[in-house]
Amino acid sequence: MSKIPVQFTLNGTEKAVFVDPGANLLDVLRRGVGDLSPKYGCAQGTCGSCAMLIDGELRLGCLTLAEAVSGARIETTGGLQTGEEPHPLQTAFMEGFAAQCGYCTPGMIMAAKALLDRNPNPSRDDVIEAISGNICRCTGYQPIVDAILTAADRMRGRIA
Amino acid sequence: MTLCTGRGFAAINYPIGMNLGGDPSQALVHSTPDGKFKVALSSIDLGQGMKSVTRQIAAETLGVPISDVYVDTADSDTGPHCMGSFASRGTHRVGNAVIRAATEARRAMLEAASEELEVNAADLDTDGQGNIHVKGAPSRSITVEETALAAQFKQGRTLSGRGIFLIQPSEADPDTGEMSPVSCFAHAALIVDLTVDDETGEVDVTEINSAYEVGRALNPKLVEQQLIGGAWMGVSHALYETTEPYYPAREHGPTDFNDYLMPGPGEIVPHNIAILERPAEDAPFGGKGPGEMCANPVIPAISNGVYNAVGVRCHDLPITPEKVLRGIRANGGARPQGQPTGRR
Repeated sequence: MSKIPVQFTLNGTEKAVFVDPGANLLDVLRRGVGDLSPKYGCAQGTCGSCAMLIDGELRLGCLTLAEAVSGARIETTGGLQTGEEPHPLQTAFMEGFAAQCGYCTPGMIMAAKALLDRNPNPSRDDVIEAISGNICRCTGYQPIVDAILTAADRMRGRIA
Repeated sequence: MTLCTGRGFAAINYPIGMNLGGDPSQALVHSTPDGKFKVALSSIDLGQGMKSVTRQIAAETLGVPISDVYVDTADSDTGPHCMGSFASRGTHRVGNAVIRAATEARRAMLEAASEELEVNAADLDTDGQGNIHVKGAPSRSITVEETALAAQFKQGRTLSGRGIFLIQPSEADPDTGEMSPVSCFAHAALIVDLTVDDETGEVDVTEINSAYEVGRALNPKLVEQQLIGGAWMGVSHALYETTEPYYPAREHGPTDFNDYLMPGPGEIVPHNIAILERPAEDAPFGGKGPGEMCANPVIPAISNGVYNAVGVRCHDLPITPEKVLRGIRANGGARPQGQPTGRR
């Protein structure tokens, strides 16, 4: 079968790639475009390590057909920082020791960003709900929830 | 329906490392021409912090800033031999090997500096800021960078060190079966509070209070995060996770994350930890390391808590609602154990 041309923006940069019919977006980003920040975990939508934002909505790269994102705006942790400045979520994860092996971290951060984009003042339960599709083996989740609440506080302070 | 409350306690002695025919770890340390030190290891960091801790140990032993030390665990084909990251052995075994390698590299560094400063190497000391000076005369000094350059381009010597730490093989005594495969123990005591629903059999851990004794906590924040995450793994092991729910039968076993029951952030248990420090004599700067013992006391404590709440003793894991309900039915109802009246 012939390849299909797909154009989208990844973290603000225009990308144009040829993809196999049926290829998933995670494979295309990692192998085709070279963005290794979304992680390849279960490849069946149950672990959350490939979570990313597509047109502002939280989506799983492994369950998204690459040809379906034509013209879409894709955001991954690879594009969160501003110049040398990490995103407040990244800073809070680092300072709060919210990562051990780090494999779930990109998915956790994108799930958290999706939450904070629509609700800058989340409760602890809101945060738990927002990351409930993401599995972490190492941390016991507590430091992750704390880091997201810390980042939310700081981001509100920045806007205010 | 009644929510029965229960409290369970467990304490453990945890042997650091294991020994099936000798337990060696090696480390190699060498400097670059500009005086940065590379530490080559073959135990990897699973995320609990071995790279951070061995970096601290190397910097402290060498007497150089931690920012000038790099730990490389990239490749066990080309790195020095190590048994690996398991059995809670990382800090203790690898840390000891790093101390030995860094001690030899420090000796080479001071010898190179002594040649440049024309003094006896025994009269030199480091300031931990990247300088080597004559003891009692801080102004007579040379930087580590200048020393490394001189060693490599003038003196023709390396600033390097080799280290190996070996726990000797321990054979069981043929008469008594006695053996001593490990050299130090970590300890923990833990109290779990939980509820058991006598209608559904569901166990809900509500709070954990614990004391862990890990030798010196070489990096207290890393120790704390490892304990919190590891204890939560113990909760998960006790109540949820299994690949063979009807072991040894394979029926109903999960084949992927859709079926494998792993708790999420909704099952977080509040956990208050006291970290006790009793440095071990043969441990690197006294640090034994947490490792697997994070999870170990949680499991018997939960099992005891379930017994305390409803009088059901589960002998295999995980303690599923089905097992609890079968136990309650066999007992003719929930039988809280030894609880003051009104506690239920």
